[in-house]
Amino acid sequence: MKHKIGFNKLNRVSAHRKALIKNMMTVLFKHERIETTHAKAVETRRAAEKMITRAKVGSVHNRRIAARKIQDEAVLNKLFTEIGPRFKDRAGGYTRILRIGNRAQDAADMVILELVDQKVEEKKAERNKRKAEKKAKEAKKAE
Amino acid sequence: MAVPKFRTSKARTRRRRSVNMKLTVPTIVQCGNCGNPVLLHRVCPKCGFYRGKQIFSPESK
Ligand SMILES: [Zn+2]
Repeated sequence: MKHKIGFNKLNRVSAHRKALIKNMMTVLFKHERIETTHAKAVETRRAAEKMITRAKVGSVHNRRIAARKIQDEAVLNKLFTEIGPRFKDRAGGYTRILRIGNRAQDAADMVILELVDQKVEEKKAERNKRKAEKKAKEAKKAE
Repeated sequence: MAVPKFRTSKARTRRRRSVNMKLTVPTIVQCGNCGNPVLLHRVCPKCGFYRGKQIFSPESK
């Protein structure tokens, strides 16, 4: 029986939907944090969580199955060498969805979809560094 | 065959339909960081905080 296994078709035909989810997943693993609509985020998460579960065990079989969906070699590599090992001790729930309000044009429910262990502190440090550099440059210009 | 004896008045029609026309007021709470009124379960658009964490920096938006 096909009970309780529904999904959101996202108003697309199956090929279009598959391509969309592929792309979204690739971008998520590449940047670790993306901004999108709520519906797309939920569908992307379903697929991405399964990918990460596979990436935790880096067998050749798992890698080939993941490669069907993630066709960017660099991202695939990152998934298996970086993201998978990072989530070794976590039993599912690798992603987080944060609602950030409605989009200006069409009032779509926008969210941030991110990997839960995103290195926030490191990124902050990076940002502060960039800011300091900018300030230094401006100070030089002022001189 | 069963046929209506009276026409339904405007009032009756509207009374019946009005049940599903109720508008709901969105739940608005105060941001825990800056006090800005925000919708429940949303990141504060003003300061970028959600549940005590900085989600994004507002100047980048
Ligand atoms: Zn706030």
